[in-house]
Amino acid sequence: MRPEAITAPSPVTLAVLVVSIVAVAVLISFTAVLEPSPRSLRTKRLSMLVDLRVVRLCGGASALLVLLTLLGLEIGEYPIPRFQAISTAFWDRAGEYSFVVNSLRFPRVVTAVLAGFCLASSGALFQTLLNNPLVSPDVIGINTGAALCAVFVLAIGADVGLLPWAAFAGAVVTAGTIYLLAWKKGITGNRLVLVGIGINALLASGITYLMVKFPIEQVLAAARWQAGSLFGASWSDAWTLTVAIACLTPPAWILVRRLRLIQLGDDMASSLGLRVERERTAIILVASGYAAVAVAVIGPLGFVALLVPHIVRLVAGPLTGGTLVLTGVVGALFLLACDLIAQQLFAPTTLPVGVITAALGGPYFLFILVRYNRAP
Amino acid sequence: MAYLNASKPDNDDGSLRPIGWALLAVTLLGFASICSLLVGPVAVDLGTAWAALFAFDSEDTAQIVVRELRLPRTLLAIAAGACLAAAGSITQGVTRNPLGGPGILGINAGAAFAMVTAIHGLNILTPKGYVWFAFLGAVAAGTLVYGVARVGPGGITPVKLALAGAVLTALLSAWTSTLLLLDEETLDEARFWLAGSLTGRGTEEIRLLFPLILVAVGAALLLGSSLNTLSLGDEAATSLGQRVGVVRLWSGLVSVVLAASAVAIAGPIAFVGLAVPHIARSLVGPDYRWITVLGLLFGPSLLLMADILGRIVVSPQELQVGIVTSLVGAPFLIFLVRSKRLAEL
Repeated sequence: MRPEAITAPSPVTLAVLVVSIVAVAVLISFTAVLEPSPRSLRTKRLSMLVDLRVVRLCGGASALLVLLTLLGLEIGEYPIPRFQAISTAFWDRAGEYSFVVNSLRFPRVVTAVLAGFCLASSGALFQTLLNNPLVSPDVIGINTGAALCAVFVLAIGADVGLLPWAAFAGAVVTAGTIYLLAWKKGITGNRLVLVGIGINALLASGITYLMVKFPIEQVLAAARWQAGSLFGASWSDAWTLTVAIACLTPPAWILVRRLRLIQLGDDMASSLGLRVERERTAIILVASGYAAVAVAVIGPLGFVALLVPHIVRLVAGPLTGGTLVLTGVVGALFLLACDLIAQQLFAPTTLPVGVITAALGGPYFLFILVRYNRAP
Repeated sequence: MAYLNASKPDNDDGSLRPIGWALLAVTLLGFASICSLLVGPVAVDLGTAWAALFAFDSEDTAQIVVRELRLPRTLLAIAAGACLAAAGSITQGVTRNPLGGPGILGINAGAAFAMVTAIHGLNILTPKGYVWFAFLGAVAAGTLVYGVARVGPGGITPVKLALAGAVLTALLSAWTSTLLLLDEETLDEARFWLAGSLTGRGTEEIRLLFPLILVAVGAALLLGSSLNTLSLGDEAATSLGQRVGVVRLWSGLVSVVLAASAVAIAGPIAFVGLAVPHIARSLVGPDYRWITVLGLLFGPSLLLMADILGRIVVSPQELQVGIVTSLVGAPFLIFLVRSKRLAEL
């Protein structure tokens, strides 16, 4: 594909994009004004504190997500009469546009939602566990581990069906290796991060080697996968993600409560009766699992896991069971929105979604960094 | 050896150790350079190499290999290694961060992005053309990272610098991979450069950048004593009469220029800038004058050895030198992180 293939986006597309980004920024700053309003919820055997604000935010984000999902079904390269796509997707499944809607757009939208949920949850767990806003699976090498295995599969031209499994294995082995190498009479957050950065560099050079060694046609497929794309997402991808979320979310919920104790410091947490190392291992396993399954399906997509938990923390405060769900929903929202932008911005050329997440995420993160630096 | 104190007033702790190490480093550099001329798929003996350098016979294949392929490559490695090591030791000194290195400042990513943009957008395909793009991209990225890190009270702190560098690297590499993706020809052209390679380049890049490198290396040597004062901490340095901001600015400028030169001539090479200052520090202690001098000698040796290793391990093919330094350097970084000295970081 030569650069001529890309046409400049139409003024209307650009205007819509700018307006919606501004609207999102206004919404975010508006939600920050909401007062926290904790309510206790008691049944006979269970009692919990529910922050109504988080519930409202969750509701709002979910409503937006539903709207965006419908929008994602509506728009696309192939023209479909208005509202026809939605009816085809939900009740008139044998309709005229069944293939485009039910085999192309619907699975893609669902995959974006679920993968965004996974990445954001993973980032939230890692960032809270290690008390560092920059730690996410893409920084400490877990995505790269998955990518190395997947690139190997693509470069040797093996069966593409192996791709998710290879990526998953790569992510889990990498997480284990980082954990073992960072182990020295226990784990400290900083050591884990730095070991992770080292491993990340090592794995990245491995990918570079594969990219140099193999012929260009196979390397191109690998490069495409590496940018992170939802192109060609299928129902089986969506199922993989659904199963993973169903398996990982209950333990994540249980672990989040203990995570808040770990945040008090290891000494405090163990004097409160927590077996810190065991809990930490469990949290890392769950968080890596989330990242691994997302990377396995859509490729090593950057910035979702880095950015979304950060925004949610600004708005809704530290991680709890409720904000974990909120983070997941916002992650889904973010990834879906990015994918729609990626499809529409230079239509008919579609960009890989990783480009958009980086383009939106990078400057925002630099901005946050400047703002943080300015605060004493 | 106490009486030697008087005869060597410029050597603070009075031992001859740094000089000894420097001599050893010179020997090592010479040895590595000679090996770099001799080792490779075509075996060359010492006499042929000597003849190729001083009594060139254009009929002899072995002599042509030495003069046209291995000599430029050796010179590239020496220049790039010296630049990387000096840049690393200044970065570590000025940020007081043991993990400082050109990679951390986003310089490699900036160069890669600019280079790929030049190949893709402007269709510049000769190294002579894109060396300046790489250089400018590296300088822009380094300046941006220093700029972001400078904002706010307290000036540049290690954490701010590392954060800004990591984020910029992530951003630029995503954009680079997009450009590569849009265009197969660019990917084919750039993938070897992106691996950090010394092959297939002439000495033109060095010739273009040589004056700049010379000035920057000179400045790096002069900055040593200021960095020593700075390493006492900002307050102590200020009370000793040092203008901390000025030193930071100069150090930042020099380290960015050095790192940019290195990436422009040899592609993004990781870990040399990080590891060499640590090796030097463990040999001669925390004196930045000696760390820089030793770094300038060890850096090229390390890069040459990595390059030679890359020629041997998968012979008759080659492993790009950037890959070798990563494979060797990452375990070094992990060792560093696990060692006691970094525990308080």
